[in-house]
Amino acid sequence: MSNQIEPIKDPGLPAHVHRQADIDPAAADRAERQVATLFWISALGAILLIVSYVFIPQDEFIFIPVMGNQNAHQLGLGLGMAISLFFIGMGAIHWAKTLMPDTEVVAQRHEFRSSDEDRKDFVDTVKSGASASALGRRSLIKRSLGAALGLSLVSPIVLLRDLGPLPGKELEKTTWKSGTHLVTDPGNRRIKASDLEVGAVAQVLPEIEDPEHRKLSDIAKDAVLLIRLRPAEFNLEPEKLAMTHDGIIAFSKICSHMGCAVALYEQQTKHLLCPCHQSTFDVTRAAKVIFGPAARPLPQLDITVDNEGYLVARKPFSEPVGPSFWERDSQ
Amino acid sequence: MSVEARLGSAANFVDERTGAAKWMKKNLQKVFPDHWSFLLGEVALYSFVILLLSGTFLTFWFDPSQREVVYEGSYEPLEGIKMSAAYASALHISFEVRGGLLMRQIHHWAALIFMAAIVAHLLRVFFTGAFRKPREGNWIIGVGLLTLGIVEGFLGYSLPDDLLSGTGIRIAEAIIQALPVVGSYLAYFAFGGAFPGEAFIPRIYTVHVLLLPGAFLALITAHLMLVWYQKHTQYPGPGRTEKNVVGYPLMPTYMAKAGGFFFIVFGVTAFLAAVASINPIWLYGPYTPGQISAGSQPDWYMGWLDGLVRMAPPIETHALGYTISWNILIPGLIIPGILFTGMALYPFIEAWITGDKREHHLLDRPRNAPNRTALGAMSLTFMLVCLINGGNDIIATHFHLSINQIMWMTRFGVLILPPIAFIVTKRICLSLQRADRELVLHGRETGTLLRLPHGEFVEVHEPISPEKAYLLTSHEQLPALELPAVDGRGVKRAGALRNKLRARMSVANAEAITKVSENDLKEIEHH
Repeated sequence: MSNQIEPIKDPGLPAHVHRQADIDPAAADRAERQVATLFWISALGAILLIVSYVFIPQDEFIFIPVMGNQNAHQLGLGLGMAISLFFIGMGAIHWAKTLMPDTEVVAQRHEFRSSDEDRKDFVDTVKSGASASALGRRSLIKRSLGAALGLSLVSPIVLLRDLGPLPGKELEKTTWKSGTHLVTDPGNRRIKASDLEVGAVAQVLPEIEDPEHRKLSDIAKDAVLLIRLRPAEFNLEPEKLAMTHDGIIAFSKICSHMGCAVALYEQQTKHLLCPCHQSTFDVTRAAKVIFGPAARPLPQLDITVDNEGYLVARKPFSEPVGPSFWERDSQ
Repeated sequence: MSVEARLGSAANFVDERTGAAKWMKKNLQKVFPDHWSFLLGEVALYSFVILLLSGTFLTFWFDPSQREVVYEGSYEPLEGIKMSAAYASALHISFEVRGGLLMRQIHHWAALIFMAAIVAHLLRVFFTGAFRKPREGNWIIGVGLLTLGIVEGFLGYSLPDDLLSGTGIRIAEAIIQALPVVGSYLAYFAFGGAFPGEAFIPRIYTVHVLLLPGAFLALITAHLMLVWYQKHTQYPGPGRTEKNVVGYPLMPTYMAKAGGFFFIVFGVTAFLAAVASINPIWLYGPYTPGQISAGSQPDWYMGWLDGLVRMAPPIETHALGYTISWNILIPGLIIPGILFTGMALYPFIEAWITGDKREHHLLDRPRNAPNRTALGAMSLTFMLVCLINGGNDIIATHFHLSINQIMWMTRFGVLILPPIAFIVTKRICLSLQRADRELVLHGRETGTLLRLPHGEFVEVHEPISPEKAYLLTSHEQLPALELPAVDGRGVKRAGALRNKLRARMSVANAEAITKVSENDLKEIEHH
């Protein structure tokens, strides 16, 4: 056909260009010396490492321009190791590039597909093997085998059951009860309303008998943030306002999104920000979510003072704190 | 005895005991094509070896326990503070064990390099079409290694039990807890009770140092054996065909280069660990659920996931007393699931669109596969927007920007920018094809101006070499699939909608600037 598109022809592999070291013995000797020098530098690196390990004390600092104060021990070890390894590599590659053969070699590929005859034999073997086992016809065997294999996979899952207890209602409970005193964290001291100035923030925990052995898993649900505003700054529904005391409002510090500590309070805007995913809660409106991925406000703790003026919880949290879970009845 | 003679007698010794002479001879002469981009996978492999070595060193002192201890080490700011034994032992490695900090930093840097090399290697394989038949299986193994790498890295930086890593574990717990029906059960099983408990660090330690490294070793071995058996792909060019491999023999050139490269990767990692501090856990303090540090960031390969979670809209469903957290499930599980499944299946999707069932050993130049290249650019753009949002707090504080605006920009950007990237990349690819065509037809612009007798100026063009002309025209240009709605007997095909989609994608995939043929060149000569 005359209008057949004819591709441009393959001119074949370009001719091999000899390197200097291939044709000039002096250049080859020079290359050898260069490779040897690189290996000797590596050896010096190893010596630097050993010297640093033995002779530089661990608390020795030196000033290095740009980098500032550096731990000399760590720097000597690291640089020694880096030099010793890096220059072995440089030497080996320089050796390969200058002195080892650089003629490109052509090897042939073979298609992976076998000859049609072999393939047919193979397929026939598989088929006859399958029919000899009679798996297709003997459905009783097929089904019972399937059931047996399936059930055998269940056993390791069953065996993992004791990894942990069942959650029960635990995710919904905290240590807070009616009348629990609020104590500072750290410090475990009871606090009075007057301890907090307007604009101040404090992290508190419920008072327990043995604060020295407070469990992290309790803190993960109990941590509460106290914030004091001027009462006029609140924009709350009456029942939420009744949960505050003299301008002090208390929220769970555990983010309702993924459980991080909601620790960033912006005094100007009265916003609480979670540093993990930037969910932003408006303190004046009962920690309503005004930005970010959190879908629920931070649960508010109902607080009041006892006879001596110390802050206490009037009631436990009325909803589970922390991130959502399937059984959470959010209404 | 000379070196040659000694090695010769060693070879003799081996063969007399194994009969491996024939196999060894063939494989020692195995040919490896040379190209810088083939080193990316090697970097990943070598980083893995570095991780095994440095990780083993760390296990000699690390105590994977959440038992509470009081710190009495040499780092004064934490003196007398209660912390887990895991954190205390990580501090001990950093301050008292000589070379311990160096090894910790080598281990962490190597992990970052490992993941970066895997991603770069994956991009090279994707954009050059190296995943095509017969290498689809190896592509899937690679996607598996990437996924395991993300998990292994996360578990690794969670082990020291500092304030930053504990926050990461808290988020992982929230994702598990958000699973419908079984979430709170799985979380209680994983943590041995309420978060954080005392079981999690010891458990992930076993997974981190035994289970996953074992899986890595098995998968890497399979990955390399397949590369070996199927032979390496090569870039197109004169003398290179689908039927041959052009390169250097394993012994000695390739051995020296690859072996040397291992030491270079190790050396560079050690240098980074010597001069660049990474994960200074002593600054964060021990983990406690009531505290956090501002600017909490995961390692870079988790950043896109964190960014997705950050930009998710605040949607939860509350019904019949149950809660479904879409704001966690969609960005944390559903989108990553779709992305990674799509990525694993991509070789088959592309083959379905092109209808191409042949083996491919010659790589594509990315411009000659505009659709694939555009798809890659689109995915990268998506990931990049997510990653930017993962660092939105850092960006906001460093550049004095509003974090809310960054979040809104990325929320829209993640939907709008990827399709734009697709279109722009495809146009760029086609333009590059056009430029190639110009180059072959009219030669290279020399920059030399020539004044013609009648005063006109023209630029002198110089024909390109036959090698270059071949390189620019050796690719295939397949026509789109013809998928008529009715078959040969006039019967309507099943799955009409699927066929239509396939035909549509095939047309888009076949779009190309017709390459120069010998006929075109002859025609030009006639003028």
